[in-house]
Amino acid sequence: MTQAFRIENSGLINRDKKLSFKFNGKTYLGYEGDTLASALLANGVHLIGRSFKYHRPRGFFGAGVDEPYAVVQLYRNGETEPNIKATEQELFEGLEAKSVNCWPSVNFDIGAINNFLKIFLPAGFYYKTFMWPKSFWYRIYEPFIRKAAGLGVASTKHDKERYEHKYEYCDLLIAGSGPSGLAGAYAAAKNGAKVILAEDKPRFGGSLLTSDVNIGNQSGKDWADGIIAELKTMPNVVIKNRSQIFGYYDHNMLVMSEKVSDHLPSTKKYHPNKRLWYIRAKEVLISSGSIERPIVFGNNDTPGVMLSSAAKEYLKVYGVLVGRKPLVFTNNDSGYETAIEFKKHGVDPVVLDSRKNAESEIIDEAKNLGINIKNSHVVVAAQGYKKVKSADIASISEDKKQLGKIENIQCDCICVSGFWTPTIHLASQSGNKTKFKEEIDAFVPGESKQNEITLGAANGIFSLDETLKTSFTAGSELSKKITENDNEIAIPNVVEKKSSQHDKFWCVPLPKGKNYKRFLDFQNDVAVSDVEIALREGYRSIEHVKRYTTLGMATDQGKTSNLNGLQLVSEIENKVVPAVGHTTFRPPYTPVSIGAIVGREVGKHSKPTRKSPMHSWHEKNNAVFVDAGVWLRPRYYKRGNENLFDASKREAKNVRANVGVCDVTTLGKIDIKGPDAAELLNRVYTNAWLKLPVGKARYGLMLREDGIVMDDGTTTRISENHYHMTTTTAQAANVLSHLEYYLQLVWPELNVNVVSTTEQWAGAAIAGPKSRDLLQKLFPNSDVSNEGLPFMGYMEGDLFGVKARIFRISFSGELAYEVNVESDYGNFMWEKIMEVGAEFNIQPYGTEALSTLRIEMGHVAGSELDGRTIPFDNALEGLVSKKKDFIGKRSLQRSAFTAEDRQRIVGVVPLDKQTSIPEGSHLVKDDKAPLPNPKLGHISASCWSVEYDNPFSLAILKDGKNMIGQKLFAMSPVKNKVIPVEIVSSHYVDPKGERVRS
Amino acid sequence: MLYINCPHCGMRSQNEFSYGGDASVKRPELNKEVSDQEWDNFVYNRKSLRGKHLELWQHISGCRQWIKVERDTTTHEIFRTFKADEEVA
Repeated sequence: MTQAFRIENSGLINRDKKLSFKFNGKTYLGYEGDTLASALLANGVHLIGRSFKYHRPRGFFGAGVDEPYAVVQLYRNGETEPNIKATEQELFEGLEAKSVNCWPSVNFDIGAINNFLKIFLPAGFYYKTFMWPKSFWYRIYEPFIRKAAGLGVASTKHDKERYEHKYEYCDLLIAGSGPSGLAGAYAAAKNGAKVILAEDKPRFGGSLLTSDVNIGNQSGKDWADGIIAELKTMPNVVIKNRSQIFGYYDHNMLVMSEKVSDHLPSTKKYHPNKRLWYIRAKEVLISSGSIERPIVFGNNDTPGVMLSSAAKEYLKVYGVLVGRKPLVFTNNDSGYETAIEFKKHGVDPVVLDSRKNAESEIIDEAKNLGINIKNSHVVVAAQGYKKVKSADIASISEDKKQLGKIENIQCDCICVSGFWTPTIHLASQSGNKTKFKEEIDAFVPGESKQNEITLGAANGIFSLDETLKTSFTAGSELSKKITENDNEIAIPNVVEKKSSQHDKFWCVPLPKGKNYKRFLDFQNDVAVSDVEIALREGYRSIEHVKRYTTLGMATDQGKTSNLNGLQLVSEIENKVVPAVGHTTFRPPYTPVSIGAIVGREVGKHSKPTRKSPMHSWHEKNNAVFVDAGVWLRPRYYKRGNENLFDASKREAKNVRANVGVCDVTTLGKIDIKGPDAAELLNRVYTNAWLKLPVGKARYGLMLREDGIVMDDGTTTRISENHYHMTTTTAQAANVLSHLEYYLQLVWPELNVNVVSTTEQWAGAAIAGPKSRDLLQKLFPNSDVSNEGLPFMGYMEGDLFGVKARIFRISFSGELAYEVNVESDYGNFMWEKIMEVGAEFNIQPYGTEALSTLRIEMGHVAGSELDGRTIPFDNALEGLVSKKKDFIGKRSLQRSAFTAEDRQRIVGVVPLDKQTSIPEGSHLVKDDKAPLPNPKLGHISASCWSVEYDNPFSLAILKDGKNMIGQKLFAMSPVKNKVIPVEIVSSHYVDPKGERVRS
Repeated sequence: MLYINCPHCGMRSQNEFSYGGDASVKRPELNKEVSDQEWDNFVYNRKSLRGKHLELWQHISGCRQWIKVERDTTTHEIFRTFKADEEVA
């Protein structure tokens, strides 16, 4: 198909490079530099989708971010992305796009029946209708709405693209490269300020690309090109196109999404698809320009009705005619500029101006060109279904209430201009209290809350001369404050045509006997009548009207609809617009890909992975790893066809029978030094610490101030003023912060230093009846006998030339030791243990066997110390000192904590000695009781006892102390299990703790 | 994202810090007789001020010092920051 609507001698596209692309399966041609929208329009395609609610045909309304209709599903390089605006998507070879919100096709759309049912689909229809009958919601309403609605389909495949995050600082951040942005950037850059200039479009220049102005004896575009070229040579300037600053956050942090690769057929190697910039700016210059607003009239959503500025942009930037018989409908001079461009390219437009008489240089030029101008005339309704075929027009009285005789004139597009709305989103997000400016019928930024200034059209200044003057000055002044340079800039002369006052007119009244839909919000199908209903039903706040009617919601966030909606509410309510107020602007200004927000933090990169120094040995020996916080720990070492159950049982049995070795590097370790170290420990732990001798370890329990157990571990006195604390793997960071809190803020008089040494020490736990024999062979020069190194003893040793710390502590309940060496020797230590241990039948054991060993011993861990239990609950009240004070002690007097039937740890064995009890099961008295069945407790940890060869669990049970011997039921609705159980002591194996002391 | 002036390190982004709650809370002295009400006030009860609020932050990814930050809870404006042992006047 030829590009029938492409004209010669206009546009900034590269006509030497033709690109082919597909839309709804059909192949078309465009040029490099086109957007999908401009290329489709060049081929005469105006029907692009269906509207959200009524499924009315939709075309193009704008030429940029404001586009409410032209949302497509994009296919690129085997990937698909929904919610792409055709007006923003640059064309590339092989691009494919499809319409959304239509089924089975855009030309024949079943949902369009809603259009004929529209009398039944007024504002709040969904709220009112789908409430009854209740059962219909899941079966009928929701599936139907899901099928009918939507602006595209998210890909279900893994995204192959890469997204990056970047942090940047600058003196001046400039949002938008129109005249004010360029002037501000140039002045600031000349003063040596570090400048970032961001432009959301591919081309720099903003309105200068399409306006007929002269700056310093050059066309506006040439001037812009010159400034950009010079800025690009300056080392203190970063210039980014295709980059949307979409959010203004606290303390001058702005976030920008840079589309690095979306304009290419595929992403280049090593390039990201998008880059998210977090920019901390000293000053922000908002030069985001303005968006033309529509005038509301009958059937104003028909394809072919579009903003007059968009028609001009398609013509001047892309060399595309949006029609050959244009009708321009305006209430200000901007419409004339579009008409003049049409005329210059050999197309005869008709201009309808709602004003009775307006005079200006622009209008004079239009008249001189012989353009047909009808004053005091309006479009009453567009005619045509899938494309504008004609327009009903009429004269209008001066009070804008009475329409004259309606006549029908032929046209193929209607270009509307209802004046300009400053883009104040970023200013408003920054906390700026916006104010209503009567002269332009729109809101502009008011008083700044952060270091920002809004310039040019975004500030409601539509004169180029004034814009340049204020922007050069602002750029100079702001940068001068920072760099203390003051280089004078010659502000260029501007030649622009003066315009006349616009008409405060925004909605054409309905002619008698006609009931045309007059749309306010095009993306959500919100018509004038819908807002009227909402107000009639009592909605007053503009925020409520928005939510009830969906006015200004969805992906375009009402860029073209908000102000007209406010005008309507204020008119009906008989209030002025500022009294009605506007809805809150929230980031993002335009939709941002989830991928860009997530960045590189996907999959394995979503958090760091920590590995012990022995990790490669574990890998080589068939370890199956498990995540323990950010650590990877061996869960079990697989032999042959073993599964988790078999392997962990074998490993645990070998610990009980011979000796095992477990990597305990991940335990948190904190080095504590200072004359008051013992005093600190005494305050932090519940038990007494002042009399711990040098060379001894002690088990300690620490609470939060609310009495809940925070963590447990052993701490060893290495020397007089030097302690080595261990914490659980999960709580290591919290415990360090906890200690720092008390040392820095609560008891600064204590002379103690704490530092994390988790990564400095590699640790191996050697456990089992043969562990002492092994240890003796590892440290032949040390006396590790029961007398030389008793239970809870500590000594330093020489491990084949490597300095080692030896602790006689046990988590498994067996005779056991922990050996620590500096991390770099971790692997050496491990290999020596395995080598020397071979004669004792040593086997490595993983976390699963470790759990089994501690559960059947009744030792508590994270599943019992779960942030809900106190020492008593864990049968650790013996560790709570009655004599001294410590963190959280006062809370233990709370009545709930001292109740007679307080929960307590117990052991649980299934009556059949066969069925494993799922962790998390509830313990109940009667398995047949009606729901909700009163819960007496829960299973915190389960294992297969290797000592007794049957399942064993730990539970936290109400009145656990008096429940030993009781028969209960463990119920797991998740696993659909009901298991009769007996409550036993939590110390299932070696209740007297003789083995550890042997 | 807040921009916090660590009195030890200078201006740093919020993601280097962790929040520590109301800085005006004083822990009752050790070994002192404390009524239920006093203890509840220390452990649980907070004013949750609207406006100027003196609060604790720890520079966990920096110098690891606990600092005091005077911040407006509605606008996020930070007025002053203090070292842990600095008196707030």
